[in-house]
Amino acid sequence: MRKTSTIVSLLIALSLVLTACGGGATTQPPAATEPPAATEPAATEPAATEPPAATEPASGEAVTLTIESWRTDDLAIWEDQIIPAFEAKYPNIKVVFSPTNPPDYNGALNTKLQGGTAGDLITCRPFDASLELFQQGNLASLNDLPGMENFGDVAKSAWITDDGSDAFCVPMASVIHGFFYNKDKFDELGLQEPTTKAEFLQVLQTLKDNGETPLAMGTVDQWESATMGFQNIGPNYWKGEEGRQALIAGTAKFTDEPYIKTWQDLAEWAAYLPDGYEAVKYADAQSLFTLGQGVIYPTGSWEISLFEKDADFNMGIFPPYVENAGDTCYISDHTDIAVGMNSATPHPEEARTFLSWVASEEFATLYANALPGFFPLSNAQVTLDDPLANEFLSWRQQCESTIRNSYQILSRGEPNLENELWRVSAGVMNGSITPEQAGQEIQSGLDQWYTPQ
Amino acid sequence: MQEPKRRFRFPLHIAVFLAPAVLLYTLFMVVPLLNSLRLSFFELGNQDQQRFAGLQNYIKLFTDSNFAPFFWRALRNNLVFFAIHMLVQNPIGLLLAALLAEGGRIRNFFRTIIFMPTILSVVIIGFIWQLILNPLWGVAESMLEAVGLGDWFGPWLGKPETALITVSLISVWQFIGIPMILFYAALIGIPDELTEAARVDGATAWDTFWRIKFPLILPTVGIVGVLTFVGNFNAFDLIYTMKGANAGPDFATDIMGTFFFRTFFGQQLQLGNPAMGATVAAMMFLIILTGVLLYMYFWARRVQTYEL
Repeated sequence: MRKTSTIVSLLIALSLVLTACGGGATTQPPAATEPPAATEPAATEPAATEPPAATEPASGEAVTLTIESWRTDDLAIWEDQIIPAFEAKYPNIKVVFSPTNPPDYNGALNTKLQGGTAGDLITCRPFDASLELFQQGNLASLNDLPGMENFGDVAKSAWITDDGSDAFCVPMASVIHGFFYNKDKFDELGLQEPTTKAEFLQVLQTLKDNGETPLAMGTVDQWESATMGFQNIGPNYWKGEEGRQALIAGTAKFTDEPYIKTWQDLAEWAAYLPDGYEAVKYADAQSLFTLGQGVIYPTGSWEISLFEKDADFNMGIFPPYVENAGDTCYISDHTDIAVGMNSATPHPEEARTFLSWVASEEFATLYANALPGFFPLSNAQVTLDDPLANEFLSWRQQCESTIRNSYQILSRGEPNLENELWRVSAGVMNGSITPEQAGQEIQSGLDQWYTPQ
Repeated sequence: MQEPKRRFRFPLHIAVFLAPAVLLYTLFMVVPLLNSLRLSFFELGNQDQQRFAGLQNYIKLFTDSNFAPFFWRALRNNLVFFAIHMLVQNPIGLLLAALLAEGGRIRNFFRTIIFMPTILSVVIIGFIWQLILNPLWGVAESMLEAVGLGDWFGPWLGKPETALITVSLISVWQFIGIPMILFYAALIGIPDELTEAARVDGATAWDTFWRIKFPLILPTVGIVGVLTFVGNFNAFDLIYTMKGANAGPDFATDIMGTFFFRTFFGQQLQLGNPAMGATVAAMMFLIILTGVLLYMYFWARRVQTYEL
C-alpha cells in the first residue's frame, strides 16, 4: 500500500503546484490523464480485495477470477468464446477478463501488484518483464502445474528463470512476422511473391512505376520500424537463433555486418513508403493497406483478423525475403503471450485449475481459431481453419524459427535496448541517421551495462 | 487616554473556519507532496524496501549518461515550448482581447468560439490535429494547395526539426482562450472616462492602448505569464496523446512531463523507477517554484496596481 500512496501523492504533488498558483487553467497535470495506473477498477472486484484470511469459500460457492491483460482487442473473444467454454466445464469458477491499454500495461500492472489490487491471473509479457515479476515474488512458480508437460523448451523459454529451474507462466501464443500483400494488385501487374532482396526491390519499383504506394508503413510511432522492419527481415541476415545467441554471448555486436545490412534495407525501403511517412501512424498504415491504397504491408500474423474483416480484396502473405536465392530462411516466431498466477491471489486452487485448462489441447484449439494469427505453443496437434493462419504456420516447416533479439536478457539495463531499437530504426527510415550510426549507438548503449557471460 | 487592557483571547472562530480547508489541503496536497520529495532521497530495492540514498538520485540525474542528457533535453524542449507560448499565445491572446474589448455586435459569438478549444479534451484536440496534419488524408495539404502553397506542406509531426514547434502551436491553438479571457476581463474593467479623456487630449487609438490601457493591465500580463509558465512546465497530456510516452521522433518532443512519466512508470520493456521518477518530479517542482518566486519578487512587487 505504501507504493500506491507514494504514486498518488506524486500525482497530487504535481497538481498542487498548479493549484497553489491560482488555478490549473493552462494545462492539466499528469494526474488527470493517468488514473489507470493507480486507481484501476481492480479495487471494485471482490476477488482482488478479499483479504487472504477470508479466502476459502464454502464448497459450491462461485469464485471469481480476474485476468490482467494488455489484449484489449480480444475482449469480445474472451467474453464470448473462451470464458464460456471454461465456465461450462467449471461452473464454480467465474472468470473476468480485464485488459489495460497495451502501452500502459506494464506500468499499470506493476502499480497494481505493489498496491495489492492486481487480478488473480496475470498475462505475461515474454522474458525480462515477467522474470522481474517472478523475482519480486509477484508470480507463483508453476513447475508442478498439471499440463505444463504439454510445452517444449522453446515454448517455455520466455517464461522460465535463467537457470531453467522455475517456470512461472503457461505459454499461450506466438506471432510470426512476414509481409501481407494485395493479391489483386499483384495479379493486375503480373507480379510474383518476392523471395530475395533483389526481387523484393524489383516488385517495389514496379509498383512505384505504376503509380501505386508500394509499402504501407509509417515511422511516427517508432515501434513499427523496429518490430515490423528490423525484427521482421533481420533474422535472415543474423541467421536467427545463431545471431541472437551470439549477441547474448558477446561474440557478435550490433556494429557487425548483418545488423548494418538490416538497417541499410530499411533505409532503402524509405523510397517506397507513402508520402510524408514520417508522420504516418500505425493505424493509418493499416487503413492504407485495407483500403487498397498500399500494396505491401510489412507486419505480423496478429493482423489477420482485422485485415480479413476490413479488406475487400484478396490478400496473400510472403515470408521475409532472403539475401540470395537458396539461402536458409529464418522467421521471427515470437513467443508473445503467456499467463501466470498472482502469488497473492486469494484463490490459488481455482487459479491453478484455470491455468491447467489453458495448458490443455481444448484451449489451444479454441484460442488459435478464435484469434487467427496467434499460434498455440503447446505440442498438441491443433487444426486451424483460417487459410492465412495456416500459411503462416507452414513457414515453421520451411524456415528456422527465432524470436526478437531484444527481448531476452538484453533489455534488462539502461539504456533500454528495445526502446533504443525503436528510436534508431525509425531514425534510419527517416534518414536522420545512417545504418552505421544506428549500429554504433545501439552497441555503445549496450556496452554501458551489459557484460556477456 | 489609555485603552482598557483586554485579555488576549485566542480567535477560535478563525481556526474553526479555516479547519476544513487546511485539513483537506494538508491531507491531499501537502503530505503527498512532502512524501514525494522524501521518496526522491530513497532507493527502492527488489522487495519494495526503501533505503536512504541521500543525494544519490540527484547526482545520478545530473551525471549518469542515461539520465543527464534526457533531463537537459527535456528542459531545453520545455523552454522552447514555453517560449513559443509566450511569443505566440499571449501576444495573440492580447490582440484578440483588445479587438473584442472594442465592442461590436458579434463579439460574444467570437469570444465563445475562441474559448471553445480550451474546454475540449486534449484527446480530442490531439486526434483532430493529427488528422488535419495527416500526410495521407489530412486536409492541411489540400488547403495549402488551394492557395498555391502545396509545396510548403510536410509531415511536420514526424520530423525531429518541426515536431516540437508543431505540437507547441497546437497547444497554443487550444489554450489561446485563457489569456484572451483574462486580458479581456482586465480591459473591459478600465473605466471609459480614462479613454475618453485621452481622446479629448488628442491621443490616437494606438497611443491610448499602449500608454493607458496596457499599463493598467500589467498585473494581468504578469498573471498570464506565470500561469503559462506553470502550465507549460507541468504539460504532459497533449504530447502523451499525440506522440506517446517516447515523445518521438528521436525524443524531439520530450518535455519534463513525458520524461517524468517514462522514468516513473516505465515504457514497454523498460521498467519504471519510482525513486528516479520522484527525483524528476522534485526537479520539476523546483523549476516551477523558482519561476513563481522570480515572478513574485521581480514582477508582482514592482508592478503598480491602480485602483480604478
